[in-house]
Amino acid sequence: MSLVIDGIHKHFGSFAALDGLSLSAPQGAFLALLGPSGSGKTTLLRILGGLEKPDGGTARFADIDWLSVPVRERRVGFVFQHYALFRHMNVERNIAFGLSVRPRRERPSRDAIRARVDHLLGLVQLGGLGKRYPSQLSGGQRQRVALARALAIEPRMLLLDEPFGALDAKVRKELRGWLRELHHRLGITTIFVTHDQDEAFAMADLVAVMNAGRIEQYGKPEDVRRAPKTPFVRAFLDSADGHRPPRLNFPSPQRGEGLDHVASAAKSL
Amino acid sequence: MVAIADTPRRGTNRVLPGFGLSLGFTLFCLATIVLIPLTALAIRPWSLGVGGVIAAVTAPRVVAALTLSFGGAAIAASINAVMGFVVAWTLVRYRFPGKRVFDALIDLPFALPTAVAGVALSALYSENGWLGGPLSLLGIKVAYTPLGVLVALIFIGLPFVVRTLQPVIAEMGADAEEAAATLGAAPARIFLRVTLPALLPALLTGVGLAWARAVGEYGSVIFIAGNLPMKSEIAPLLIIIKLEQFDYAGAAAIGLVMLVLAFTVILVLNLVQARLTARR
Amino acid sequence: MTRYARTPTEGGTAPRLLLIGTAIVFIVLFLLLPLLTVFSNALESGVPAALAAIGTPDALAAIRLTLLVAAITVPVNIVFGLAASWAVAKHDFRGKSLLTALIDLPFSVSPVVAGLAFVLIFGLQGWFGPWLRAHDIRIIFALPGILLATLFVSFPFVARELIPLMADQGRDEEEAAISLGASGLATFLRVTLPNIKWGLLYGVLLCNARIMGEFGAVSVVSGHIRGLTDTMPLHVEVLYNDYDFVGAFAVAALLALLAVVTLVFKSLLEWRYGDEIAATHRH
Repeated sequence: MSLVIDGIHKHFGSFAALDGLSLSAPQGAFLALLGPSGSGKTTLLRILGGLEKPDGGTARFADIDWLSVPVRERRVGFVFQHYALFRHMNVERNIAFGLSVRPRRERPSRDAIRARVDHLLGLVQLGGLGKRYPSQLSGGQRQRVALARALAIEPRMLLLDEPFGALDAKVRKELRGWLRELHHRLGITTIFVTHDQDEAFAMADLVAVMNAGRIEQYGKPEDVRRAPKTPFVRAFLDSADGHRPPRLNFPSPQRGEGLDHVASAAKSL
Repeated sequence: MVAIADTPRRGTNRVLPGFGLSLGFTLFCLATIVLIPLTALAIRPWSLGVGGVIAAVTAPRVVAALTLSFGGAAIAASINAVMGFVVAWTLVRYRFPGKRVFDALIDLPFALPTAVAGVALSALYSENGWLGGPLSLLGIKVAYTPLGVLVALIFIGLPFVVRTLQPVIAEMGADAEEAAATLGAAPARIFLRVTLPALLPALLTGVGLAWARAVGEYGSVIFIAGNLPMKSEIAPLLIIIKLEQFDYAGAAAIGLVMLVLAFTVILVLNLVQARLTARR
Repeated sequence: MTRYARTPTEGGTAPRLLLIGTAIVFIVLFLLLPLLTVFSNALESGVPAALAAIGTPDALAAIRLTLLVAAITVPVNIVFGLAASWAVAKHDFRGKSLLTALIDLPFSVSPVVAGLAFVLIFGLQGWFGPWLRAHDIRIIFALPGILLATLFVSFPFVARELIPLMADQGRDEEEAAISLGASGLATFLRVTLPNIKWGLLYGVLLCNARIMGEFGAVSVVSGHIRGLTDTMPLHVEVLYNDYDFVGAFAVAALLALLAVVTLVFKSLLEWRYGDEIAATHRH
């Protein structure tokens, strides 16, 4: 079930968000789209999710002409930057939503849905919070509900748009590890968008560094970091742009990253 | 005016379904209920020919009616500008017993049928009315005079000014005023140079809305107006009279003039307001 | 955010009391007294007389007609409002501001002019006049005309309540629903509608008040045929012109009561669900 994207174009008026973009990834990959704002990474994600239609190019996934599949039928789990939880439904109903809107024939029984919701609540470590409403949850909890909701439909592809963007540094770090762990367990092809290079390099198997609608470099995190191919990539890796604006100031050592991280942070000062 | 900007980024996002259906239905309704009738209004006067139209709208009675409607609306709107400001300011900035009730009352002219307002004002200001009685002792006659028209127009225009100003005053806070005070300005000066200019766009909007509403007002006015041609006859009434005389074209001519004049003034007000807000 | 602390322009106690006093006096004089006059005049000859006035066949017919008009036009306005706000708030297209300006158009048109426009189309000397007459179809001086005129003046209410609200709420939830496999209808019913229910109720409340109270436009198209095409406001006028003041004010009192109920519910909704009603309130 590999993903092959070829020559995707997307314009908004005269602005070219995506300019002939191509990449491919194997099944079950954890892929990061990394770049500054305006680089087109969210646009690409939304095209893959069916929320945006490209002006040109093709995409195949699992041997299907992906772009011709209507959104409803793609079975893509999309996690929005601001969670987009249904504010008038509690956590359980949010998670069950994708299952409850299936046509009668394909819809699981109420008990089956309930069982699945409970299972997912456990998976995202929110057991017991099923009756709460989104407004009663913290940012990190909402994020996990959004993820559970996306997972409920047994998606073929998981797409995350700046999943930890609105969270503070400590929660971000926890969720990073946790999401990585989850991907390991479930093995779903996962693509996430971020402008935080620490995040990208910590979590992904493959990183695509994007700029102005194009991929500047694409490869394994270590390879990209060690050997930046273009001036942009080099500058991006070095710059403060690639780091989250410091709120809780100091970088704490991640598994195996510690010194690299400190060194690059030092270079940006 | 509801302001929804033409959205910049997304381009054609037809991902959410139902666009064609909803837009089509909306346009259909607008066309049949609003646009086509107004087109009929725009076309009909010209059956008199250009000369006929001009003659129709410059007839003394018509001019008098238009002057009363537009001029009376302007005076009423000006009074509402001042009093509406006072009311809005008081409701936002001060606390006093029964404030909630008074605040809710502001919307009365919106909720009350115009005919009810009309008969109520007429009774109130008639010679044995609660207000009409004392006023007549002072020699002031309100009912069946242009003054009555004015009172009615003030009534229906007030909420526009107050409701437009309230949120702006509330949001304004006191920062700018406090800054001016620390710089040594006296309260009156602060008000004139800091507070008022900040509220001017909203005030203009409210006044414009009040004026537009007053120009076309019928129900609240005809009971108290006296309706004497050339004296206290408002334009909408003249339209009805002409209709009853089967002078469709003449009625349409007056209606068209009212429409065009009202739109022009609203457009000018919007431009002025845009200028004022752009300067910030 | 209201501030009750003394701000520099609020001056001392004297100016404050003066302002409050002026405002209160103005509100009482211009708003409260007219309202009270209606009830006082209605009850001038006692409660039985007022009730009798409401119970006459013509009055009852007027009440029935008003209710009928509301029963038909409110749902139409709801459908229109939902359709218009779905198109405008959840999609991008050129000419959006033109469309919203058109939706606001009836607010700038005098009700009498609106009625006139319909007469120009359907009246005896109107575009379709002869044709309608030949087919014995009555629009002007009959219910259809009243419905059309009422629709014209009430159109904007629900739409301009919902458009800012739905725009404010954004598209994310709807997109999420679609990506989870929901159909457009399911999305609308299960995601969009629950989010706007209070705004919708608020819009319907205002719309209904306007519909039941409409006078100018209906006055032009209805022909004032007693017992047949008189709505309640028109009936008030008829009785008043007949010098039946108790009758006129009795019916007016009913309408005033409706206005008071509207105001009460409006305040309640604003108080409890303020942020779920349109972000800004402009009438």
